[in-house]
Amino acid sequence: MSYDNELYQQVILDHNRKPKNFHELKNATHKCHGINPLCGDDITVYLDVDEATGVIQDISFTGSGCAISKASTSLMTTFLKGKKVDDSRVVFDEFHKMVLGEFDPEKQEHHLGKLTLFMGIREYPSRTKCASLAWHTMIGALDKKTDEVSTE
Amino acid sequence: MDNAEIMEKSSIDVENIRADFPVLSKQIGGKPFIYLDNGATTQKPQAVIDRVSQFDSEEYGTVRRGSYRLCERSTQLYEEARQKVADFLGAPTKQEIVFTSGTTQSINLVAHSFGRKFVNAGDEVIISNIEHHANTVPWQVLCEEKGAKLKVIPVNDDGELIMEEYDRLLTDKTRIVAVNHVSNVLGTINPVKEITVKAHKAGAKVLIDGAQSMPHMKVDVQDIGCDFYTFSGHKMYAPSGIGGMFGRMEVMETMSPYVTGGDMILQVTLEKTIFAKPPARFEAGTPPITQVIGLGAAIDYLDAIGMDRIFEYEKSLLDYGTRLLQEIDGLRIIGNAADKAAILSIYLESAHPHDIITMLDQDGIALRGGHHCAQPTMIRFGVPATARASMAFYNKFEELDALAESLRKIIKFFS
Repeated sequence: MSYDNELYQQVILDHNRKPKNFHELKNATHKCHGINPLCGDDITVYLDVDEATGVIQDISFTGSGCAISKASTSLMTTFLKGKKVDDSRVVFDEFHKMVLGEFDPEKQEHHLGKLTLFMGIREYPSRTKCASLAWHTMIGALDKKTDEVSTE
Repeated sequence: MDNAEIMEKSSIDVENIRADFPVLSKQIGGKPFIYLDNGATTQKPQAVIDRVSQFDSEEYGTVRRGSYRLCERSTQLYEEARQKVADFLGAPTKQEIVFTSGTTQSINLVAHSFGRKFVNAGDEVIISNIEHHANTVPWQVLCEEKGAKLKVIPVNDDGELIMEEYDRLLTDKTRIVAVNHVSNVLGTINPVKEITVKAHKAGAKVLIDGAQSMPHMKVDVQDIGCDFYTFSGHKMYAPSGIGGMFGRMEVMETMSPYVTGGDMILQVTLEKTIFAKPPARFEAGTPPITQVIGLGAAIDYLDAIGMDRIFEYEKSLLDYGTRLLQEIDGLRIIGNAADKAAILSIYLESAHPHDIITMLDQDGIALRGGHHCAQPTMIRFGVPATARASMAFYNKFEELDALAESLRKIIKFFS
């Protein structure tokens, strides 16, 4: 018996085992706490944004969650480091719609790069929030949300 | 007794039973469907499906509101179902059975109609650390509103209530003690009779949440002595949307209505309403008639098998499953009470419960993953969530073999 590799691809398993940028960021300019009350996924995303250029100079996260949420957050941090805030909002929008099945990077022009790895999640509606929590939390940090964000 | 002996001594002909449940012969993705989420909701036997269908086809009418024959017949069947619930729970009279939408509504009813009347500032309410949110939040809200104090019975590392602590929590200010009979996460069977006797000695009333016990064991509310016993139909092979509670008449008579409207009154003028006696006082509006008939059919079905036999067989499933899972490295069973119902809460060092559930599903095995609406329990045991296998008398030993094999594979996959 083998598992559906659409969902648990090797890259996702690797990021789950050894997440990147998995630490607190001491000099964060933005941070936000995100929870997925259904699963109990619980993360904090930290960003260091250069105000003059709008470039995300550093980004990291801490917390706990399922393999999908951990890998998604890890991959998000590697993807966004060095990107501009405005561009990250575009990617958030595309990613969010992709996991909901409302945006198909196989048919439409996109800026998602290797994040298309998470396309398989659209077949598992109850798990989409696991993948999108990181992104909601990142946007919450950029918007300086004082309260925590939730997927609900 | 080893697992071979446990199977040998099985008190139930499970293949015969399974033939009564159409959904159990279905396949999921080409694999046999293994349903182990009975703590969330149970499947329905053909007898219930047929009874509901027959009632809707031939006998359906409103209840207690008309004097034509269809309505009288419908009312008679509805009240017969109430009697079946009363007999099933050992209640003295059928008037002490109130139909609600389920356990959640029953507990809210008591928190509202008893709580808001008799719990005042400075009073105390006692729950336990291993309650479902349905038996936590209504009391929290009540206590906050009234300036009363919510006290919590702690549990030991096996998931058993620490009764010495309970003794200390009880005071002359305690108005009500609300605990479950069986924990939906840990499977712990709580000593509800002892809890009740002690509460009554302190002058407090007692509510027992029976959602996880009534479908799995013989319950006798007179033996327990409790004032309220709540349950959900959909967890006991009946349709969803129906449940209820036993309430001692002398206590219910002192309580005000929860929901008001039609059918719960004796007389209404524009100036004043005189409320009906229980149970009608707590059953405003047209009830879920068909669902009540389905509940009655489910009770007939359970009675025909016998609750003692069901308990014994499910206990053998629990013993068998516990033994299998204990052999798996990197797996922890959360909840190891000496007195335990057939629930196994699983925690793997290597995989999060939600990944476990998704992967088990690919093997056709249905478990629930999450906090099971019992976050204080999760916090107590230091885990964010668990994967829960909750068994019923239609489950087979072989299904637990398949679960164990699948879990081993998941551990390998993630490590």
